[in-house]
Amino acid sequence: MIESGSSVVRFDRVQKSYDGETLVIKDLNLEIEAGEFLTMLGPSGSGKTTCLMMLAGFEPATHGEIYLNGRPINNVAPHRRDIGMVFQNYALFPHMTVAENLAFPLQVRRLSRADVQARVERVLHMVRLSGFGSRRPAQLSGGQQQRVAVARALVFEPALILMDEPLGALDKNLREEMQYEIKHIHETLGVTVIYVTHDQTEALTMSSRIAVFNDGVIQQLAAPSVLYEEPENCFVAQFIGENNRLQGTVESVDGAFCRVALDDGERVRALNVNVDGEREPTTLSLRPERVAIDPKGEAADNVVSGRVEELIYLGDHIRARLTVAGNDAFIVKVPNAQGHASLREGARVRLGWAAEDCRALDAPGTGSAPG
Amino acid sequence: MSTTTDRVMRTADGLPLKLSLQKALARSRLRAALLVLPLLGFLVVAFLLPIGDMLFRSVDNRIVGSILPRTALAIQGWDADGTELPGEAVFEALVRDMQAAAKERTLGRAARRLNYEKPGMSSLFRKSGRRAKRITGPSWRDRLIGIDKRWADINVWRLIHRESGALTGSYFLSAVDLSLNDRAELVRQPEPRRIYLTLFGRTVWMSGLITVLCLLLAYPVAYLLATQPLRVSNLLMILVLLPFWTSLLVRTTSWIALLQTEGVLNDLLVFAGLISEDGRLQMIHNKFGTFVAMVHILLPFMILPLYSVMKTIPPSLMRAARSLGATPFTAFVRVYMPNTVSGVGAGCIMVFILSIGYYITPALVGGRTGTFISNFIAIHVSETLNWGLAAALGVLLLGLVLALYLLYDRIVGIDNMKLG
Repeated sequence: MIESGSSVVRFDRVQKSYDGETLVIKDLNLEIEAGEFLTMLGPSGSGKTTCLMMLAGFEPATHGEIYLNGRPINNVAPHRRDIGMVFQNYALFPHMTVAENLAFPLQVRRLSRADVQARVERVLHMVRLSGFGSRRPAQLSGGQQQRVAVARALVFEPALILMDEPLGALDKNLREEMQYEIKHIHETLGVTVIYVTHDQTEALTMSSRIAVFNDGVIQQLAAPSVLYEEPENCFVAQFIGENNRLQGTVESVDGAFCRVALDDGERVRALNVNVDGEREPTTLSLRPERVAIDPKGEAADNVVSGRVEELIYLGDHIRARLTVAGNDAFIVKVPNAQGHASLREGARVRLGWAAEDCRALDAPGTGSAPG
Repeated sequence: MSTTTDRVMRTADGLPLKLSLQKALARSRLRAALLVLPLLGFLVVAFLLPIGDMLFRSVDNRIVGSILPRTALAIQGWDADGTELPGEAVFEALVRDMQAAAKERTLGRAARRLNYEKPGMSSLFRKSGRRAKRITGPSWRDRLIGIDKRWADINVWRLIHRESGALTGSYFLSAVDLSLNDRAELVRQPEPRRIYLTLFGRTVWMSGLITVLCLLLAYPVAYLLATQPLRVSNLLMILVLLPFWTSLLVRTTSWIALLQTEGVLNDLLVFAGLISEDGRLQMIHNKFGTFVAMVHILLPFMILPLYSVMKTIPPSLMRAARSLGATPFTAFVRVYMPNTVSGVGAGCIMVFILSIGYYITPALVGGRTGTFISNFIAIHVSETLNWGLAAALGVLLLGLVLALYLLYDRIVGIDNMKLG
């Protein structure tokens, strides 16, 4: 057990099974630094909420140990962990006023009445709800309830805050507003936040690091920009942002690059990220905005031809769906700039992209965590 | 004037908008009314009218006036507070009334009615009724007193005077162990006849204790039902509902079989050597029997409202409380329990009201010490045929329930009540 001084939370070979037959969490090793905003992102059933529940103490780990500030907490009851938590549906106490809700964690810690009142006032001010103390949660809007829930998790000044899809119940505009608000609170207070969501935009907006979960395994743990631009496997590439996939076979590996024969016979050069070796199947991942139509020679390492299937006008850009190498869902974003390529449905066009933008990843089905 | 009419909002066809709206709504209201009409009619005919009639009997006093009409009329002029017997005309009216009533065989009813107020009146009337046929002329007074010298007792006449009106409060007085003495003063009933207040008291405190016992037993069960996984909670629910669907009589009589002195439980205790053959426990036909059987029978009425409320409490509420630093106990007391208040209130008021008017179970297992007020109402309805007193007791019971209901409304609020 190597102890790194600043880690607030450490998962050490944690496994979790509910039924003794299947593992929901498979061998989780994760260190979270103080002051980080770490998001656990993944589809439902990927194990991210289970992780949070184990950390909060509501689910025991089947195997392994979780450390909080260097202290193992497997046998520490939830109320002794001093972790603030924001729940999916806020879990505000409906029989208490807003102020009583906020005072609750302070009262159970036996703070003096004056102290409690002062702290409640301060935290209400922080979430811009001063004057709402005497209302019941039911008398507040969704966004206000959300802010109360955040305030309640902050009021007893825990070093770690867990948020379990806290914005799931809000409508789109409010959700964006709250994203910034939570981000600002995090920056102001410097607390460590672990945030669970299945919404990638939310994750990209707020996080300092994102752990992409699938199938009980962290597929990739990286900063948002790295995650988007340098996905390490097929799942991450597909899950974060829009992505074009092309199936092919590795012909030759050449250091950082490799040559791949696409299923229709065309050959392209791609960045060797996660291939198993020569003559093994691979998936090429390519962001739609990195594909140029009718490339003017110099920029493109790869040039293939495709057929335009559908054009959707979206104002600032035109979204073109093409068939490329047997994939009829190949998307290209054509910026609506002056002199942009004019496309017609049914036309054959040439597409080009740089070899660095085209990442050769694991083939679907063989998908595994990067070593 | 034209300006005001101009301001009225109108439909496209020029009809006032309000009128048009009312027309549109009237149709749906009518349809709704038609849907409930059969039930409403049934309730009025089969429920409200009989109950109203029954309740009216608690003050209805037309028996004396209708069987002895001449007397009732003639005695109005007599000064009941004085010291003199009524005049000759009243005696004559009574004799003629008795002659007529004897012929129609209704005298007994009037006699029984007066006997409720003053023991001995029945025999006086029956004796006089038989012999009054022979009285044909004056002096009515002397000849009547000649039949029975109690007719010279001014208190007899005062009683007839008092009870010849159309309404009476005497049933209600009896229902609270009071009566009017000969001088029309309120006095308590003689010791052996003071039973109703004790009964009311017993009904209330035993119902209260039954309610508390039900709550204590039902709360953990409802909590299990609401929190266990579906497979377990469904099984538990069946265990709760199965007795609920079983006939009341079957359940009550099976308690008799279990608890009686020669019953299963006593046999087991004797067999286990815990009690001797002579020391068999009396567990039925007393208060204990009533408690056991009533709690058992009313338990589902507590469990179901509690369950339905607990079902709506999200598990994240308790988790939130725990994560905020509350011990499991604090979280339960400060977060979970306050959210079940509406279920507790609904269950308690339901069990208490059902219990306070329960008849069949106390009648079967209550013996002498475990019976409720409703058992005496039943006795007066079907055995002593004193319907007036039965009605008065019923009105008091109804009033008691309504008063408790209002009290509950003031404290908890009826809107907060959830019955499932």
